[in-house]
Amino acid sequence: MIDQRSVRLHMRGIQKRFGATVALDGVDLSVEAGKVLALVGENGAGKSSLMKVLSGAYQPDAGEMVLDGQSYRPRNPHDARLARVAMVYQELSLAPHLSVAENVMLGMEPVGFGFVRRTEVQKRTHEALAQLGHYDIRPEERVDRLSIAARQLVEIARAIAIGCRVLVLDEPTSSLTAEDIQRLFAVVRRLKEQDHAIVYISHFLEEVKEISDRFVVLRDGRSVGEGMTASVPTNEIIGMMVGREVTDLYPRSPRTPGEVVLDVNNLEGVSKPVSASLTLHRGEIVGIAGLVGAGRTEFLRALFGLNPVRHGEIKLSVYVGLGSPALRWTQGMGIVSEDRKSEGLAITLSITDNMTLSRLGGVGPAGLVMPGRQHLAAAKWIERLQIKCRDTFQPVGELSGGNQQKVAIARLLHHDVDVLLLDEPTRGIDVGSKVEIYRLIDELASQGKGVIMVSSYLPELLGVCDRVAVMYRGHLHAARSVTEIDEREVMMEATGTEVERDK
Amino acid sequence: MEEQQKMNSLSTNRQSLFTLLKRLGPLIGLAFVFGLFAVLRPTNFPTPDNMQLMMLQTAVVGTAALGMTMVIISGGIDLSVGSVIALSTVVISLLLNYGFPPLVAAVGGVAAGALCGSIIGVLITRLKLTPFIATLGMWGALRGAAKGLANEQVIVAPSSWLNGLLNTLSSDQQWMLLPPGVWLMVILALFVGGLLRYTQRGRHIFAVGSNEQTARLCGVPVERTKLIVYMLGSGFAALAGVLQFSYLTVGDPTTAAGMELDIIAAVVIGGASLAGGEGTVLGSLVGALIMTVVANGSTKMEWPNWVQEIVTGGIIIVAVALDRLRHRKVE
Repeated sequence: MIDQRSVRLHMRGIQKRFGATVALDGVDLSVEAGKVLALVGENGAGKSSLMKVLSGAYQPDAGEMVLDGQSYRPRNPHDARLARVAMVYQELSLAPHLSVAENVMLGMEPVGFGFVRRTEVQKRTHEALAQLGHYDIRPEERVDRLSIAARQLVEIARAIAIGCRVLVLDEPTSSLTAEDIQRLFAVVRRLKEQDHAIVYISHFLEEVKEISDRFVVLRDGRSVGEGMTASVPTNEIIGMMVGREVTDLYPRSPRTPGEVVLDVNNLEGVSKPVSASLTLHRGEIVGIAGLVGAGRTEFLRALFGLNPVRHGEIKLSVYVGLGSPALRWTQGMGIVSEDRKSEGLAITLSITDNMTLSRLGGVGPAGLVMPGRQHLAAAKWIERLQIKCRDTFQPVGELSGGNQQKVAIARLLHHDVDVLLLDEPTRGIDVGSKVEIYRLIDELASQGKGVIMVSSYLPELLGVCDRVAVMYRGHLHAARSVTEIDEREVMMEATGTEVERDK
Repeated sequence: MEEQQKMNSLSTNRQSLFTLLKRLGPLIGLAFVFGLFAVLRPTNFPTPDNMQLMMLQTAVVGTAALGMTMVIISGGIDLSVGSVIALSTVVISLLLNYGFPPLVAAVGGVAAGALCGSIIGVLITRLKLTPFIATLGMWGALRGAAKGLANEQVIVAPSSWLNGLLNTLSSDQQWMLLPPGVWLMVILALFVGGLLRYTQRGRHIFAVGSNEQTARLCGVPVERTKLIVYMLGSGFAALAGVLQFSYLTVGDPTTAAGMELDIIAAVVIGGASLAGGEGTVLGSLVGALIMTVVANGSTKMEWPNWVQEIVTGGIIIVAVALDRLRHRKVE
């Protein structure tokens, strides 16, 4: 199947552990020159760990890598760059105030007599952009004036300006429009013809079908399937990605939905969501599935008054209309942010301060705050949620991810809200804490609270929620009971596969 | 199980040791410099009269540092406080010359300061200027306004009880224990300490300084909190201006030039973080006292002025470096 002579990079039996967690469990991978290899798998399957091994950010515990017939063992990302293995990440890493040319040649500027040779910089940048077939980007333009798509091309130009042997594109289309995606694909095809070896990481399977020659599926840190993209149907690839038993991980106590506690009608934000309608009952957990950038987070933020709303009606228990976050709290709605470190928690403040911040008045007489009572309240939640910490004074920044998340949820419990908006509540936390958080969510729902949960991890959504709605490019589709759908259907809806078929 | 509890209590002890050190760090520094000069100049440094003098010398910077503490905890900075102090002395002496009673004149000076603070607050919350730039602009503009109001002259004011706030106590005033100006600083310190610790507004100031986004998420009125912080900051600077007037007995538009840096230094020596979210009233007052002790001690040692300036600069750097070191250990 693979012509051994054309293989540029071999990865064999790559293993990587973090304590008790096995991130990579013997992964094999070959990348050929002049071919595009798609690396697919769900979040947490090990794609990024594998690429971090390739780029020298992680040292593998076992396994070997061979690049162009020579052993390749990068000790850090700089080594990888010297070996001409280049990565283009989802989050772009350009210096916005510098010009295109300065960015492309950053760190390897041609120097003569101690001065940067500007004409040489311009020339080599121009060559790199020409190689991509994009003469429209001017080397002297400042990067912050460029569109996201153009910035991405600059990043690719930076990779090929060093004459890269392996180019890794990590989720390159998640923030691009359909038109830009086609332009990017044209560039990828060009690079392929120029004999570059390309690794393409994506969970948009339609794109994988269109651009790649071969694919490798990762699941739970193992390569569980591979093949020629053209000869394997999409369904089968999804099957390989999912293929897991999902049962006891998700506790589910019997619960009956009560009255409607939140009713959203045609909500439209500034750019996202485009249109979202949803009804949430007491004692119900509704999941929002969708790809990164589909507008799920924006939907929650618009509901909570953190993002502006253009149109639409929101009815929260007895209150109708829009509201600021402060108002939402008093109306009995609370949110857990997807970004724990920069928004969810004030990490330099104590556990107590973080838990009680939204409702300080409730812990003292006459609007005064009594620190003693504040700490007592916090201590109660620490015990109740089994948060591992030194004491209530400890800054939350010192806690583990799982315990930080529990503090963020405890804030909602302390406030005793009726509707909980949870944005990626289990992101970046260990499996043990995940199960505890699932149990907690289940318990809250059975107490009659309404929960909306956004997650990129499908098994968890289907395991925890009663109904799941899919968001696709800003549109929230109708919610369906989890008994009626499976992961494959959700993924098809989220990747737009079904939408295409309807046309 | 028992072992676990033992470990818990052990780590709790270590934690309380850390918080104790954090609380006491500036106090230990103060005890050290005081002890040093007391040993070097046992005859004329640690005398009751000199100690009272040092309290008096601290009152102006200390009072303004109370406001600055709130500003810095909220994650901001105020470079205009020196100019506000000067403006306040000018306004007070003008009002006294118009024949207003001393109390009205003092309130007028403070009101002028609070007005300046609300302008700064609007610049920061509405025009989204960074505090550094907004207050740098006001630093120049308010100094100019003070000079304009005073016609670029020192304004002599009729004598009143305001002039006595910072005098050393005479024999029949001994029942007061401390001069009235020092009492003013102490009472205001208790007020600010209570505000920061026991009110929602105070807790909000910490939250905004620690992480503005989290504060917004939790329904904290971020803009209003900032506005109030800058009004209080300038208001306290104007109160410091009342004390400065009492010391000068005239309105001087050029007074307190550069004092904003002493005030910021006092707060920083006291353990506040310029990144926001951290700082204490006690620390800031102790920071102000440390600087006075160094200045006073240097004079008693008959060191030239430049030595004293180098020592003060060194103390700022050492204090912040120690603070960084402590942070690294905790992390």
